[in-house]
Amino acid sequence: MLPDELKKLLSERIASAEDPREQAVDAMFELQSYYGYMSDEAMTEASGLLGMTPLELEELATFYDHIYREPVGRYVIHVCDSAICWMHDHLSVVDHIRSQLNVEVGGTTADGLFTLLPVCCIGYCDRAPAMTINRRVFGRLTPEKIDRILTRLKDQAQFAETE
Amino acid sequence: MSKYPLVLFQNRQPNRIATLDEYRQSSGYQALEDFIGKRPPGEVTARIGEAGLRGRGGAGFPAAKKWLAVPADGAFPRYLAVNADEMEPGTFKDRMLIHADPHLIIEGMILAGYAFAASKAFIFVRPSYESSAVILETELEHARHAGYLGRNILGSEFSFDISVHRSGGRYICGEGTALLNALMGKRPNPTKPPPYPTLKGLWDRPTVVNNIETLANIPHILRNGAEWFKRLALSREGMGTKLYCVSGRVNNPGCFELPIGIRLSEIIDEFAGGLPAGSEFKACLPGGASTRYLTREHYDVEMDFDTLAAVGNRLGTAAIMVFDRKTCLVATTLNLLQFFARESCGWCTPCREGLPYIRDLLWRIEYGEGREEFIPMIREMCKFSWNSYCALAPGATSPVESLLTYFEDEVREHISQRKCPYNAH
Repeated sequence: MLPDELKKLLSERIASAEDPREQAVDAMFELQSYYGYMSDEAMTEASGLLGMTPLELEELATFYDHIYREPVGRYVIHVCDSAICWMHDHLSVVDHIRSQLNVEVGGTTADGLFTLLPVCCIGYCDRAPAMTINRRVFGRLTPEKIDRILTRLKDQAQFAETE
Repeated sequence: MSKYPLVLFQNRQPNRIATLDEYRQSSGYQALEDFIGKRPPGEVTARIGEAGLRGRGGAGFPAAKKWLAVPADGAFPRYLAVNADEMEPGTFKDRMLIHADPHLIIEGMILAGYAFAASKAFIFVRPSYESSAVILETELEHARHAGYLGRNILGSEFSFDISVHRSGGRYICGEGTALLNALMGKRPNPTKPPPYPTLKGLWDRPTVVNNIETLANIPHILRNGAEWFKRLALSREGMGTKLYCVSGRVNNPGCFELPIGIRLSEIIDEFAGGLPAGSEFKACLPGGASTRYLTREHYDVEMDFDTLAAVGNRLGTAAIMVFDRKTCLVATTLNLLQFFARESCGWCTPCREGLPYIRDLLWRIEYGEGREEFIPMIREMCKFSWNSYCALAPGATSPVESLLTYFEDEVREHISQRKCPYNAH
């Protein structure tokens, strides 16, 4: 069940939009951050709020790169594999993350912290190779820099658990 | 420092945006004060038309002409959809602009809205530009507080508001009609006009889709005039400046504001720091992934819409991706096709089926399984791309066709050697 507070926030946003459906992606982003991904329950909640059929919403949920219809880790790593990052050896970035986290592309780590996915050009060609983690961008990646980022995220997650 | 005047980037600073006050100090919002409620909307359109401002998103359509396509007796409310989706590989100018001078874009949007009596604008932002979305939301709030945005702007009859629309992230959303579907919460397939969005766009109301770089030019043109704008360009027919993104095999990749009509060689050698020592220019894509390879022969081409068309290419988004002699262009084109095949929305057959087919043929050639007959097959498949609904597939086949035009020998070498001559894989 959605907490009343989140439901109220979404209902207000949807009511003030030009048309409820305009808020579809925004609502999915919110629900996704609450549920962790767009679960069937999240889809039902969202379609109810937006006045869309589950099928209409499914058309969107399965279309977009950053809406996850299957469970993902707390941090979703998207490594850019388009032309400029490819030229700057994006595969070494992917391989380094794979070996450091023991995860395959498309998979999630056993502790549920990280999911590794490819993504098309993220517009950071001046800082290739680049990746995003939960919509935040990291560029000019080196093995050392990736290690620092991953360590920080692991610490953050541990901190959140113990709080 | 550039020897050319900075217009769109005049307030650009390292690592932070120009604040509202800083923007005001550079005559920001002056055009808004001079025009909104004081001069007829048609005058905005006329001035922009005189200046000859062409769309900066890739197609180069004259901005004023697009606004004029909204019929005078057209329905209300009217919408402005602002394209900051920017998913063309190699392109990052919109991000640079938002992170440099967000109020310039906001002022441009309000003036564009005034020109065709729109009441609402949406800025469509991709997920990897979340920081840009946050900047825009914050600065829009500042503009509202200052009275530049909202009901009865600066005490006039004109009311206009802007909201940031976050995309879920797909390349096709940058296509005008797909963007409108995405905004309306529909599956973002492109639709084939007519009716044109200027007649029936968002929720069947007149809608104009403009790129943010196009809009950022508007306050400057209104303040300084058409003649000034034309003088900024180096080419005879050109107007204004352009944000050129340079990436790939260069020493100093980045986004540079330089005159329209500047020579490609000057951008690469002087502003992007040239190629690294030991690397030699082989080719570039001059305007993003959906333009054609441009070879050494045209290294001095003037970067303008018509001059690039004259050498069979396009200015596109002016995102220059540089490849050196050690880079395999079959592998590069394979990477580009992988991108386009994955990003196809899947709505129409030439794109959905054709692009993966071409990609597979290129894959076989690159990995030593190529055959002579693949070359005419690829050429023919490329022609079919023109039967698709939107420009994605013809854009996707541009690098492929030009690979076969300029680098057929390299392709044949892969086939005869049964391997990539550049890479052992």
